[in-house]
Amino acid sequence: MKLAYYPGCTLKTQAKNFEDSAIASFEKLGIELEELKRWNCCGTVYSLTSDDLMHHLAPIRNLIRVKEEGKSKVVTFCSMCYNTLKRSAIRIKNNDEDREKINNFMDREEVKYEGDIEVLHGLEVLKNEVGFDKITKIVGEVHEPPILNGLKIAPYYGCLLLRPDEIGIDDPENPSILEDFIYAIGAEPIDFPYKNECCGAYQTVNEVNIVVDKAYNIINNAQRMGANIIITSCPLCEFNLDKRQKDIKKKYPNFKEIPVVYFTQALAVALGLDPKTYRFDLNYISPQAVLVK
Amino acid sequence: MFRGMKFELESKIKNKFVQKVEELSGENLSACYQCGKCSAGCPSAPFMDILPNQVIRLIQLGMKKELMNSKTIWICASCFTCSVRCPKGVDLAKIMEALRQIQLRQNIDYGKPLNLSKEKIGELPQIALVSNFRKFTA
Repeated sequence: MKLAYYPGCTLKTQAKNFEDSAIASFEKLGIELEELKRWNCCGTVYSLTSDDLMHHLAPIRNLIRVKEEGKSKVVTFCSMCYNTLKRSAIRIKNNDEDREKINNFMDREEVKYEGDIEVLHGLEVLKNEVGFDKITKIVGEVHEPPILNGLKIAPYYGCLLLRPDEIGIDDPENPSILEDFIYAIGAEPIDFPYKNECCGAYQTVNEVNIVVDKAYNIINNAQRMGANIIITSCPLCEFNLDKRQKDIKKKYPNFKEIPVVYFTQALAVALGLDPKTYRFDLNYISPQAVLVK
Repeated sequence: MFRGMKFELESKIKNKFVQKVEELSGENLSACYQCGKCSAGCPSAPFMDILPNQVIRLIQLGMKKELMNSKTIWICASCFTCSVRCPKGVDLAKIMEALRQIQLRQNIDYGKPLNLSKEKIGELPQIALVSNFRKFTA
């Protein structure tokens, strides 16, 4: 099965470990991710003001690219891209006046956007197109017992995968898709109350202290609940939870470091793929010792 | 005396600032009944000078200066926890954005991208920079 794939900016650079592990593990599961031939930055945040249509141009142009390639669905992995593309898609689909205005503005586009592209997150594809049962089966065939057997993983959802309700891939207050995923790859999820609490997001640029405190609470809580490692699906969460551990350590000297990886990196390990696809070199705290025994 | 007070409140309530916030956010400000659930769940509340529920109250009262000088509107990271929890369906994240936009649309930046060191720019992922500039610059 082939699926149109929108990488987003960060998966091509700092989060190359997310992209490489995603492409390789999806291939192993029978899904070929076909990167859009042309794409642009989605704008990273959905424009929240009612009159600001201009900032929906970037996400909608990407959806036009999907249409141009004759596809009706597009999959992305970054939570921020997912949120922005999907919310814009919904707003333009449900609002005739906005749709007309935005199409009139993009009069040089050869294809008109009719609100007809479905935006999917990689986790939804794993759950609905591949099926967690199939993943369990393949993981079991790779190694018996599964490679990640006994590993305690904290599922960190963050914000933009779940909120607001209209685009959330699961219940915004009590999600379980990552837990189901963790069971599917043969590991054990731990439950922790900070799993869908904000890490501070883009405050990391000018308010490092806020992010340090928030990330400390999240990580510390996951550790107290017994986690060996944390998984996430957002490159900004990953940065705040992984690379900010250097700053957390400065403020809280007793803090014990813990690896943070993308869910696709854990999947690639569970599927026994070539270690080159894990790209652990891009994780600040090396997950090597915890994930690969 | 009370008649006078009522008149003063009404004129404040109907002032341009309140109208602008309602227009930009698309939210009904009078729907809020001050239960405080937004502030109770807000992960950024400990860093704010005015609590999220107080933000709505101050807008209702037309207190523009207090709000525009507050740190709160720039501390909100649009995590949408309040938006999914509000029992009255008020999307506070949109109201916070409207307040930020009122300043940014006067071409007054909050963030200072030009002051970022090369080191910091190299370290931060693009999504951090782009989203920060989108939220904090005009």
